[in-house]
Amino acid sequence: MSTATNTAAAEHGHSKFLQHHFREMSQQFEAAKIGMWLFLVTEVLLFGGLFVGYGIMHAKHPEAFMAAHHHLDKVMGALNTIVLLFSSFTMVMAVWASQTNRRKLTILFLVITLLCACTFMVVKYFEYSHKFHDGLLPGKYYTHKGDTVPGQFMFFSFYFMMTGLHGIHVLLGMMAIIWILFRTIRGDFSSDYYAPVDITGLYWHLVDLIWIYLFPLMYLIS
Amino acid sequence: MSQAITEHGVGHAAHHADYLEEPKGLWSWLTTVDHKRIGLMYMWSVMFFFLVGGLFALLIRLELLTPKQTIMTAEMYNRVFTLHGAIMTFLVIIPAIPAALGNFALPLLIGAKDVAFPKLNLTSLYVYWTGAAMAVATLALGGVDTGWTFYTPYSTTTGGGVSLMVLAAFVLGFSSIFTGVNFIATIHKLRAPGMGWFELPLFTWGMYATALIQILATPVLGITLLLLVMERVLGVGIFDAQLGGDPVLFQHFFWFYSHPAVYIMILPAMAVISEVIPTFSKKTIFGYKAIAFSSVAIALLGFMVWAHHMFVAGMSLFAGAIFSFLTFFIAIPSAIKVFNWIATMWRGSITLDAPMLYALSFLLIFTIGGLTGLFLASLSTDVHLHDTYFVVSHFHYVMAGSNLIAFLAGIHYWWPKMYGRMYNQTLAAIGCVLVFVGFNATFLPQFVLGSRGMPRRYYNYLPQFQELHVASTVGSWILAAGLFLILAYLLASFRQKKGSVPANPWGGRTLEWETTSPPTMHNFEGQPVLKHGPYDYRPNPAPVGEDSH
Repeated sequence: MSTATNTAAAEHGHSKFLQHHFREMSQQFEAAKIGMWLFLVTEVLLFGGLFVGYGIMHAKHPEAFMAAHHHLDKVMGALNTIVLLFSSFTMVMAVWASQTNRRKLTILFLVITLLCACTFMVVKYFEYSHKFHDGLLPGKYYTHKGDTVPGQFMFFSFYFMMTGLHGIHVLLGMMAIIWILFRTIRGDFSSDYYAPVDITGLYWHLVDLIWIYLFPLMYLIS
Repeated sequence: MSQAITEHGVGHAAHHADYLEEPKGLWSWLTTVDHKRIGLMYMWSVMFFFLVGGLFALLIRLELLTPKQTIMTAEMYNRVFTLHGAIMTFLVIIPAIPAALGNFALPLLIGAKDVAFPKLNLTSLYVYWTGAAMAVATLALGGVDTGWTFYTPYSTTTGGGVSLMVLAAFVLGFSSIFTGVNFIATIHKLRAPGMGWFELPLFTWGMYATALIQILATPVLGITLLLLVMERVLGVGIFDAQLGGDPVLFQHFFWFYSHPAVYIMILPAMAVISEVIPTFSKKTIFGYKAIAFSSVAIALLGFMVWAHHMFVAGMSLFAGAIFSFLTFFIAIPSAIKVFNWIATMWRGSITLDAPMLYALSFLLIFTIGGLTGLFLASLSTDVHLHDTYFVVSHFHYVMAGSNLIAFLAGIHYWWPKMYGRMYNQTLAAIGCVLVFVGFNATFLPQFVLGSRGMPRRYYNYLPQFQELHVASTVGSWILAAGLFLILAYLLASFRQKKGSVPANPWGGRTLEWETTSPPTMHNFEGQPVLKHGPYDYRPNPAPVGEDSH
């Protein structure tokens, strides 16, 4: 029985990327998609805990959060929002290019996405160093002087935990993009097999989406 | 792996080496992506930590033999019960059935060659080992004395290895999530052709419901534990009342995971029992859909009852009443299952082999555990019983008794499939009786102790409680004797020749019994085809699709 199955597999010229426990590429592709969506659900819930904590502490200390958010640079935040939104667009284009066998275009779009991610991290670096310089730090490390409203350290606790966790996700996303960029250059992907590009794209959109919620919560309190 | 297919595929259809044999060597086990091998490695790891956690339990019971200090100081006692709880919860009960038995049996039950993501599966095992090593390493930092619940503000102020233990639980959460993601994708995409959702063995439904909770609840625990570490390291303030935070918020966050986690422990147990009872009753399961949907109902309702752990934590009476009502509501799907199992046995031809003995023990123990939960779900009685031995006993009946007895049922049920060998039936029956008697002797007195006001987590107590404490401690020795006996005869079964049991020793109707014992690396010779429903014991079974349940 297994002899027959395997000979048949060889005759039909199955993709070398078909793992042994799947019957066909579409089944493998759908399984990968389900897996990534489930993983994204866990990510939403992970950040969800922080969002709930932020909401409760914001409700308890509205004046402190209001006063503290003026220390953030709205222009830099907006710039990063635009950069990430644009990178989501280029990621979509990379998936499309990969799916339609346009290898060079895939490489181009992935590189642009990667550059956007780098820009985001550089902007974040400048924002962070400014906060460090002013002593606008979480919890007991908060040393900023001359506050008129007390308790602003709580805002920065959440600012650093939420943007920090998000920043880690951006870095992980960059590593994933570098990995699929390498595999695209090697010529692994085609319309038959582009699942890694597709699910990396899904992940990248989530990273973008979380920032879209973080930006107004942190920078645009009113 | 693809190489293995071609090697085996050419001309050797008659004999294939089984998965235990080929490929050989320790390295091949450590790098395997085969779900059966990963399942076995999980199983032995879980058994090892069960031994460690169990030794801590014996120390706890020994300390409580006398009203005053017996063998350890109060500080040591706090560390011992914390380690007992943390190891048993995060390293034993949560992975026991899904990661060990589920990994082994799930793909076989649905006629698949492996889980959807075999490498992720292996990763989850290594993540588990990492988390386990971190948990054990806390001993070097002086242990942890917070209890496994890590309640603030004590956990943010006490010394020792709290941060490391909390990070260990965080890491272990990932291994649980990976297993959950894997199982849902596997059940969706790798069922044998023709196997619809209602031809799935009920074990699969239980695993699906469990995986849903693993995916939806574990990340919330993850972020809660990270916040706790941040509170300790940075003093972020969210759980600290002095800094404008709220320590009760930690309890809400913690139980939002940890109550559903109780169902991560009980749903897989129910899943095993749903396989064992029809096989040893030789009768179609009664109420297939009711059992399947009640698993999902328990999984979803389980998310709405977390605050029943906090009735005396300063919650509003109105919120308390709502959580109390929802908690009562969850008794319904649980009872549906119990009644359906009993109805399955009704007029069946029951054989009392070891797995069935465990299943019957499960029914009694789970019923006691479930019914005593109703006392705790009622607001007024809970005020009296909160933080007493009544609670300790209740959750041991559900978490330890039900889960671990179902785990034992599953091990005895699939042992011949795992190793191609059979254990001694007489010793197995004695072992089961010892475990059942020992468990009840340990924990029934604790209900009485609790109702009389014996608080949990104290190493000393009033002299009038001593008789019941002695009974409980003696019970723990009987339980330990039973468990060591089980380990001994399971190990003794390795003296038999492999393959000395038939492929289907119990006469089961699910797919795993149609392949050899032990199976080959690819589980089946070719793609198995579903010929009848999973519990169709009629002499002329109806073909799949022509017969509804």
